[in-house]
Amino acid sequence: MTALAHVPTSAGEPAAAPRRSRSRLLPYLLLLPGAAWLLIFFALPLLQLAAASLYDPGGSLSTGYAMTWAFDNYPAALQAYWPHFVRSFAYSAIALVLALLMGYPLAYAIAQKAGRWKNLLLVAVVAPQFTSFLVRTLAWKTILSDNGALVGLLRDVHLLGPDGRLLATPFAVVLGLTYNFLPFLVLPLYASLERLDSRLLEAASDLYASPLRAFQKVTLPLSMPGLIAGTLLFFIPATGDYINAELLGTPNEYMIGNVIDSAFLVRLDYPQGAALSFLLMAAILAIVFGYLRKAGTEEVL
Amino acid sequence: MRSPHRSLTRRGLLTGTLGSAALLATAGTLAGCGTKGAQQTEAGCKSDDLSATEKKLAFSNWPQYMDVDEKDESKRPTLDAFVAKSGIQVTYTEDVNDNNEFFGKVQNQLAGCQPTGRDVMVLTDWMAARMIRLGWIQKLDKAKLPNVEANLLPSLRNRPFDSDNQLAIPWQSGLAGIAYNGKHAKEIRTVDELLTKPELKGKVTALSEMRDTMGLLLQASGHDPANFTAAQFDDALAKLKRAVDSGQIRKFTGNEYSTELAKGDIVACIAWSGDVIQLGFDDDKIKFVVPESGVMLWSDNMLVPNRSSHKANAEELINYYYDPAVAAKLAAYVNYICPVKGAQAEMEKIDPDLAGNPLIFPDEAMLSKSKVFMALDEKQEKEYETKFQQVIGA
Repeated sequence: MTALAHVPTSAGEPAAAPRRSRSRLLPYLLLLPGAAWLLIFFALPLLQLAAASLYDPGGSLSTGYAMTWAFDNYPAALQAYWPHFVRSFAYSAIALVLALLMGYPLAYAIAQKAGRWKNLLLVAVVAPQFTSFLVRTLAWKTILSDNGALVGLLRDVHLLGPDGRLLATPFAVVLGLTYNFLPFLVLPLYASLERLDSRLLEAASDLYASPLRAFQKVTLPLSMPGLIAGTLLFFIPATGDYINAELLGTPNEYMIGNVIDSAFLVRLDYPQGAALSFLLMAAILAIVFGYLRKAGTEEVL
Repeated sequence: MRSPHRSLTRRGLLTGTLGSAALLATAGTLAGCGTKGAQQTEAGCKSDDLSATEKKLAFSNWPQYMDVDEKDESKRPTLDAFVAKSGIQVTYTEDVNDNNEFFGKVQNQLAGCQPTGRDVMVLTDWMAARMIRLGWIQKLDKAKLPNVEANLLPSLRNRPFDSDNQLAIPWQSGLAGIAYNGKHAKEIRTVDELLTKPELKGKVTALSEMRDTMGLLLQASGHDPANFTAAQFDDALAKLKRAVDSGQIRKFTGNEYSTELAKGDIVACIAWSGDVIQLGFDDDKIKFVVPESGVMLWSDNMLVPNRSSHKANAEELINYYYDPAVAAKLAAYVNYICPVKGAQAEMEKIDPDLAGNPLIFPDEAMLSKSKVFMALDEKQEKEYETKFQQVIGA
């Protein structure tokens, strides 16, 4: 903004190094396509959504919605659907823990121990992403099917009752979330673990650090940027997801995404849908900023 | 890497964020003008019919809703024959997967009196009713639809949202009733059995389409889905809620119940007749039941939206599909209820088995048990849909 304000003055001084002013302008020119893109496809729709969340809830499609600054839409929406909010955050938090337990060792193994298998393993992590999200989730439906091999095995070893099931339970939804977003956690983690200098670990053991201590003092802090980026990339879409709950769950597992979907497409309650979207965004932003503060690395942003 | 520039950019970022927040706030005031109503009239959205000079037509339909050649899936015999006969080039797109989703797709254009690029689109009766209510649909010229006049099934004539049969012409129609997989369950005859039998617990699904599920429940509670009060709706909804709360109903579905019914993950459900016929070809244990209390009759309708400039071409197509010989060929492939009188006689020549199937050519006994859901106004639609969505979990 300030640099732009200088432009007229520099243009007003003909002899004062026109090359410099051009090079000063250059970054902004380079920014232009991206900024225009963001403005048209992000800022403006967001603005419209913000306006919609304050429309008169008594309006309708045929008569239109009047802008009445109806801030009451927010508490009303929250009151009606707070269990879905709680459920969304609980499911994605559990999924995140599971994904960390699987993803960290996996990323470490690929980055440090895989040797010549490294590329193959990376492809194995990324390859499922070549198929559609929907198809992958539908595949889980077959795997967890009531008459499938997995449920049959679990019933035989009495981990499940004779009428027990996996599909259409919270377990299936959390499993789906964990699976579908795992690569978003693994890839950033891999990127920062790959740069880990193994001589540092040698040095730690030379200084009599136990492997656990070396992990705590060397590996973990150095992988922190990847860890933070990964957890955010995992947590944010997982919380807003509605496909897993829709396909693998039942109405009792519906998350906030399902409610927003129904508000916009089925019930045609645009003010409520918009208010719920903003509440979700606000909740996620609050959690992200709290988390970044705690983690103390603003570098990733 | 911690150069002094770092703190500067961070501050820059902060100022930028604050600045754009302020910008947002001001622009928010500007945007604070609400939306205009989506209500239009056909006369107010007039478009010239260019059919005489432009021999073309854009046709939007659901997937697997058109006959295809057994050897070459890209050929559509009845549609190709129409193109050859009329000289009208048809662009056929299978882009309707869900009524609500499709509504979202065309809503902005139709509300703003803009062309959608479509000349014929096929939508379910309640969505057709909504679009007609909003004034988004063009009236057809009856003089150009003699086949429809002569052959449309009586039970699909003079429906509340189109009392004169000139806005929405049925493409196919079908029933919503009960289906069960005989491999895993004994015969089910009533909706109450479906919702209370203990051995079905957790293995039952219902449709997320409110009119089908609630229509059956209204009938099972002794009410008339074609004419009910809010109290009767609540009564039927309470019955549904009990089944959801007790865990009897596993979930609410669209078409995807069919694979689960075939696999046995669910053993009984509220289902559409055409899906069950298709499943029955592979597994004769899967049966469709017309509950004693009655079934729901629905239809998918051909609509010509405002600003379509090929209305006469569309009328020619609609009229063509009401020729019994063409309708029979189509019905032999799609297996829904054929809305064309006389197609049954034609079907005898193609496949006598199908001609005798009451789910494709329903007899009087079955039609007398079928009801069409009441036409709702906008307020009722929102109220009932919200109540229903609360019970089904979203």
